[in-house]
Amino acid sequence: MTTLFYLAGAIAILSTCAVIVQTNIVHALLYLILSLLSVAVVFYTLGAPFAAVLEAIVYAGAIMVLFLFVIMMLNMGQHTRQQERGWLTARVFIAPAIMAALLLAQLLNVMSQVDYELGLTRVGVLEVSALLFGPYVLAVELASILLLAGLVSAYHLAKK
Amino acid sequence: MALEIGSGLTIGLILGVVIVVAAMLIWVERRLLSFWQERLGPNRVGPFGLLQVVADMIKIFTKEDWVPPFADRLSFVIAPAIIMIVILLSFAVIPFAPNIGVVDSNIGVLFVLAMASLGAYSVMLGGLSSDNKYALLGSLRAAAQMVSYEVFMGISLLGVVALSGSFNLRTIVEAQEGMWFVIPQFVGFVIFLIAGVAESHRLPFDIPEAEQEICAGYHTEYSGMKFGMFFVGEYLGLVLVSSLITVLFFGGWMGPAFLPPIIWFAAKAGVFIAFFILLRAAIPRPRYDQLMSYGWLFLLPLSLLNLLITGVVILST
Amino acid sequence: MYKLIKDTLISQVVTLWGVFMKLFTKADTVQYPDEQPYMFPRWRGRIILSRDPDGEERCVACNLCAVACPVDCIALQKAEKEDGRWYPEFFRINFSRCIMCGFCEEACPTNAIQLTPDFEMAEYIRQDMVWEKEDLLIDGTGKYHDYNFYRVAGMQIKNKDKGEALNEAPPVDVRSLLP
Repeated sequence: MTTLFYLAGAIAILSTCAVIVQTNIVHALLYLILSLLSVAVVFYTLGAPFAAVLEAIVYAGAIMVLFLFVIMMLNMGQHTRQQERGWLTARVFIAPAIMAALLLAQLLNVMSQVDYELGLTRVGVLEVSALLFGPYVLAVELASILLLAGLVSAYHLAKK
Repeated sequence: MALEIGSGLTIGLILGVVIVVAAMLIWVERRLLSFWQERLGPNRVGPFGLLQVVADMIKIFTKEDWVPPFADRLSFVIAPAIIMIVILLSFAVIPFAPNIGVVDSNIGVLFVLAMASLGAYSVMLGGLSSDNKYALLGSLRAAAQMVSYEVFMGISLLGVVALSGSFNLRTIVEAQEGMWFVIPQFVGFVIFLIAGVAESHRLPFDIPEAEQEICAGYHTEYSGMKFGMFFVGEYLGLVLVSSLITVLFFGGWMGPAFLPPIIWFAAKAGVFIAFFILLRAAIPRPRYDQLMSYGWLFLLPLSLLNLLITGVVILST
Repeated sequence: MYKLIKDTLISQVVTLWGVFMKLFTKADTVQYPDEQPYMFPRWRGRIILSRDPDGEERCVACNLCAVACPVDCIALQKAEKEDGRWYPEFFRINFSRCIMCGFCEEACPTNAIQLTPDFEMAEYIRQDMVWEKEDLLIDGTGKYHDYNFYRVAGMQIKNKDKGEALNEAPPVDVRSLLP
């Protein structure tokens, strides 16, 4: 399980890097899907099968499909690839790299203070549901109202 | 040597049998379709034409494996592999018999749904990387269709999950000891059936590959074994949906004891495979907007209502 | 609501049942090479040249068939025997062009060219589809057994002068003043 965890984590990091440097947008999306799936595996090894499957269904299965759908609608070709290559200069990376390094330092600082162990408890579907409809029911309701608003506005836009 | 869940022998047997069944379906479907259309079908190669599959395979393996020069090579090659991998992985959670299966997973139903949603990539990438307008149209249709019908597929399953109280397919089968779930969940069964046809994009919902409108849809540019993988992948999807219906609504391996459980499972799944072929023989293809409005305006409210009533009944008893 | 259910569900179930019951009906297929289908006598298939009841060639090389042919697949050359009968020196049909329309048969004044119920004419080499007179000519009379052009037509040949054909009046003597 530990090996699987580190393997999936490494794949997630590598494929996320590949998303950034890839000039072909379809390939970049494929790497993003791969990254999300490996994050799902990480969740699974950490003892959260429900979160893992939801990651695969919602992110990799639904949201990325919509991304790909939009890319199909746009006319991507050789010229977009050249444009991407023009943007990918070392100078562009400086500011994001500094910010990401700061974040990483903060994260390492926090994580060094927490004592954690791999695969301690398995959080199944029942536990997640009990939490969602118990202490966090207000958050769930608020999220559903947000989604309803999105639905209504999408309907309004489509009607026009 | 005894068969048990997760042993190497069982996994190998399941993989082999599933792929052979999917390949044989090429012949079964052509034969059944022709009977329903008052024809004879392929009957020249071997007894009853049984060796037609072998002939087809030899032909498809020896064809030129052609990648069009304008295609995006990476996505073009992995697209047919995705559908095979994803559907074969889904078979891992199907309980074929008390002692036959690959894993006994607590998230079986969700795993199948996740794999089904990943299956959409195969169709989309195949069409997008072909750089062909008909392929693109086909994959646009496929994307919208599969994403929409996944929703109804998931919601129609939830009634069964609520009744059995588990996402584990094995527990779901055992919960049907007294009564098959098709009786309390008939509406869910019908919605799952329709969504299953749409999800495996077979006729009458083969809008992504409608020959009369858009050539062959997303696999217009495919030939040889890459096309063969799409082709066998479609039949694998058919077997998967039939097995799922059997497991979720028709008591899986349950049946009178004079036959072994696996035979009961195979018989029930076979009936549904034949039913899907009958659907193909009888029902014409709807228009694309009809498919979409039928899904969102009829199936979605119906499945939500079904879930609501199921919940009320469970809570009140 | 009832109409929706009727259109979406009941009509589909009725269709499914109807198609399912076809399982128990006999197939319409004729297993062709093993089982020969019945060909109707007036089927327009392979073209032949027939002979009259006396065993002579019916074709008088009038070229009407070649003119009528919409795809120009018939070629022939007129020649004349010493007894005055016309006949084709060569008669060639290119079956790779022929569309079996039967116009040649309708155009023929002597019932020489006829279409038969034979349709198995595939060849491996395209040149083999060009049939010459010896391939086309048969020994019988084809579909019209009693017809003999030179017996009914007014054409003068050896042993048959003008006015000697069936139902033919003797030629009018234009130099005579009598009616």
